[in-house]
Amino acid sequence: MVKPIKNVSFLFCFLFTCLFIPLISYAQNKPAYKQYPWSFTGIFGNYDLSSVQRGYMVYRKACASCHSVQYMRYADLQQMGLTLDQIDKIAKTDQILDGKDASGKDLYRAATLVDYLPAPYSNQLMAKSVNAGKVPLDFSRYGMGMGQQADYIMAILMGYQNPPADFKPDQEGMVYNQYFPGHQIAMRSPLTKDGVKYADGTPATIEQQAKDVTTFLSWTAHPHLIERHRIGIMVMIYVAFIAILTLLVKRKVWSNVK
Amino acid sequence: MTQDPEPHLNQVSSKKHTFSEWIEKRFPVFSTFRREYIQFPMPRNLNIWWAFGAVLCVTLLLMLATGIFLALSYTPSAEEAFASIEMIERRVPSGWLLRSLHMAGSNLFLVFLYLHLFRGLYYGSYKNPRELVWLSGLLLMLMVMMTAFAGYILPWGQMSYWAANVVIQAISSIPFIGEGLAHWLMGGSSPSDLTLHRYFVLHFAMAFFIIAVVFIHVICVHVVKSNNPKGIEPKTKEETLPFYPYYVAKDGVVIVGAIILLVLLAFFFPDLLTNSENYTPANPLETPANIAPEWYFLPFYGILQLIPYKFLGLLLSVGSIMVLFAVPWLDRSPIKSANYRPLYRIALFLLVLSFVMLGIVGKYHSHTGLIWLGRLALFYYYAHFLLILPFSARFELKRTLPTSLLDEKGHK
Ligand code: HEM
Repeated sequence: MVKPIKNVSFLFCFLFTCLFIPLISYAQNKPAYKQYPWSFTGIFGNYDLSSVQRGYMVYRKACASCHSVQYMRYADLQQMGLTLDQIDKIAKTDQILDGKDASGKDLYRAATLVDYLPAPYSNQLMAKSVNAGKVPLDFSRYGMGMGQQADYIMAILMGYQNPPADFKPDQEGMVYNQYFPGHQIAMRSPLTKDGVKYADGTPATIEQQAKDVTTFLSWTAHPHLIERHRIGIMVMIYVAFIAILTLLVKRKVWSNVK
Repeated sequence: MTQDPEPHLNQVSSKKHTFSEWIEKRFPVFSTFRREYIQFPMPRNLNIWWAFGAVLCVTLLLMLATGIFLALSYTPSAEEAFASIEMIERRVPSGWLLRSLHMAGSNLFLVFLYLHLFRGLYYGSYKNPRELVWLSGLLLMLMVMMTAFAGYILPWGQMSYWAANVVIQAISSIPFIGEGLAHWLMGGSSPSDLTLHRYFVLHFAMAFFIIAVVFIHVICVHVVKSNNPKGIEPKTKEETLPFYPYYVAKDGVVIVGAIILLVLLAFFFPDLLTNSENYTPANPLETPANIAPEWYFLPFYGILQLIPYKFLGLLLSVGSIMVLFAVPWLDRSPIKSANYRPLYRIALFLLVLSFVMLGIVGKYHSHTGLIWLGRLALFYYYAHFLLILPFSARFELKRTLPTSLLDEKGHK
């Protein structure tokens, strides 16, 4: 009989070859900017919900005037640890476009739990016209890509420092950014020191705000990460147990075969 | 079957089973099941490579179970598709779990399919009398690939849209009928609402056709019986073991192993399988910087990239699968298992290498340095099937094959 171990190692060689491709791709994309120890990377990764909540405050204050999170409803904010009452209070302070009056004018009303988070522009043309021809990204999934993307967002937010002396934008309204592709970005530095006042007393340095809003963006892109990891570990333990059982059964069944 | 290998399993108590007897007389499911899945004689020397058929069946069931429930919340229109996926992920109870399992499952399906196919190539499972098993398997592969492609269109993200566009462009390159065919298949000269609707129906319906063909495939296997690592047919009863309990137990271990992979991918590394570009809604006006298909299509995409003439690229890309259909007749060697074909074994290793190389080209097609390496791989891919398979048998030294599956000698 062919030794099973030989075949298994053969199989692993095969799978390993396949793994090679993502490895190359990782090595190629190794970023040139600072890497932060995010709490949400790795298989035990978890969001620091107080940071997500602070990040949401930063988003509302500094980003929401241009960037939407259009696929999220107010009620979804529960998963960042807010109660429905707390969310309701926040929602009431936002105005939502809802229909037209008899003369065709837009009507606004206070938002409720079932509304989607409001979009800053009612259409793309409007968004373009006030942002040097670029449409600000939607933030629902902007944080996809875990740690690497988070580091990138951090780098952009912190990358407005020290424009070279000879920096000249190609276009009116563009500013220098060290890490944005092409080093010119249509967004001015959105964060200012103490631009928000955190309810939990955390000092609102620019870096702190950047970290919090980045955590918030990663969270909007992976809304179930905490649950996914928690359930995943339980499932893994269960399956490992089943694996041992099936192995034992297989051994027993085959014990009389020479 | 003359003698029952496991007599205790076969004692139908002649007492009260009147209902099952009534059924049995009219539609012999019970005896058929006993014959095909309990007593069924399997070669006693099968290794892990023979478990992937069972693993594929389980994966197919997983895809069906999760897919049906995803379809309940999915909306197949250009306007709403992306938002409905977001709703599944954010608000439908356990929607994220269903989608995670469906996505991880689709990737593993293709992993297992490639492994299963490789097993066939290595052990010569396509040779007389298993040609129909091989052909029905390839038909399954085409159907699975179509289903996977259609499924990738459904979220209607940037990659969905532009992948569909690449295929439309490729089809359009067919002389004379290309444009018309693309219109007919895709509902237009660029992907649209119509395309999405069609691909949803195709994706959903194809799953059930696949089940039907799996039945044909498995019946074919059961008629000619399984091949084995030695590639010689068992002649005596001692060389076989009944499917139950031996291979049920053995397949079970590999199935649980596959489930572990599934859990790892679905719960801990879903980002490994997702392209974040596809989480931006489809935008016909903005071509993404890097259009790349899912990893399992990379070799075929690589071939398209290597050939400057679109139509030729398409022919070679589709041909790389079609040539597999001819393999039972291209391979002139009477020896099945590559364990006894040293030359062929090396050739097969190079084939796998070329395939992976073509995949790397597909991934990094913008690197011009890879082009000649890629063309070499493409050349070898075809040479393997069209030259090495027909002629290598002449150069392979006569080997003494083992005479029985019990024979430990004769193995190299
Ligand atoms: C939906 C996909 C498929 C399913 C569910 C499936 C299922 C199975 C099952 C259950 C078996 C018997 C157990 C085993 O030998 O592993 C089998 C055998 C076989 N399959 Fe498939 N199969 C699929 C696709 C394919 C493909 C793509 C090929 C390659 C062309 C293929 C070629 C074969 C061959 C040659 C055998 C007989 C192997 C032997 O006895 O050595 N199958 N398949």
